[in-house]
Amino acid sequence: MSKAEARRQGISVGLAVGAYGVSFGALAVTAGLHVWQACALSLLMFTGASEFAFVGVMSAGGSPLAAVATSTLVGIRHASYGALLAPLLRPLRGWRLLGAAQLTIDESAATGLAHHHRKSGRAGFWAAGLTVYVTWNIATLAGALAGARIGHPATWGLDAAAPAAFLGLVWTHLERFNAKVTAVVSVGATLALTPVLPSGIAMLVAALVAVVAGEAVRQRPAASDASAVPLTGGQT
Amino acid sequence: MTWTIALLVASALAFGLKLLGHLVPVAWLQHPLMVRTADLVTVGLLAAMVASQAFTTGTAIRFDARVAALAVAAILFWRKVPFVVVVIAAAAVAAGLRALGWG
Repeated sequence: MSKAEARRQGISVGLAVGAYGVSFGALAVTAGLHVWQACALSLLMFTGASEFAFVGVMSAGGSPLAAVATSTLVGIRHASYGALLAPLLRPLRGWRLLGAAQLTIDESAATGLAHHHRKSGRAGFWAAGLTVYVTWNIATLAGALAGARIGHPATWGLDAAAPAAFLGLVWTHLERFNAKVTAVVSVGATLALTPVLPSGIAMLVAALVAVVAGEAVRQRPAASDASAVPLTGGQT
Repeated sequence: MTWTIALLVASALAFGLKLLGHLVPVAWLQHPLMVRTADLVTVGLLAAMVASQAFTTGTAIRFDARVAALAVAAILFWRKVPFVVVVIAAAAVAAGLRALGWG
């Protein structure tokens, strides 16, 4: 897939997912945050699941410390994304490093990692990250100002856009048998673990369990693995 | 701790976690196990994102209009329909079903 296509893909993921910020803004204000606090959360924390977790603890009557702990726990999976994205994004220095870190979320990591080629992956990461950032923050403000008066984004089917987009991103990786096994085990493990673990953690543990399963059924040695991108060099 | 301070601390921790991965030494990333499993980790994470976004609400498993939307998306991806069109179609299916009072 070309760089331009990857960028378009990133932008469409970003618009669909970012619009969902409306529901975060509305929920945050309903939970008792000021409009500026809701906006600050989206600007500074900028990771939907952790923001929802933070506000969820607040509306359940939890303490600020519990909100910090919960949102941080949910965000732990992000630490793995930077490492996985390293072949695409490095070298990163200065403001690019800080910018890439702030934009490292599910959608940008997914769009970047969906590409086997370095330049497409990088274009996809930045396009998705920047589009979600802009859209999510505008949507948060709109939701916070409108509060409960605004219609729920689910009415417009926006909550179905994200899983469809993620499905499209994983689709091209499913050719090999062990990749199919990994995907199926991951879906099953996510469903099994979601009721018992914080959402972000359930995803991370499910992915790890799935990788072990996928490794167990790997048919050929890793040397034949065409998708491993070298860390250095400008492969396109 | 006030809510404003909690917000700032939580945001700083979220940023720290995101940054951490970008600072992992190259030597670790070139470890054979890491290289060998990188493709599967990607598949595992993406599939977990699909499952979590399509079948869960908070910590509950819920099968609603999103399931039908995802099935339609799968058929369209299989038919090689362009990405953007599939994403819009999935949203339209879910919105349509909900307008009819299902899911």
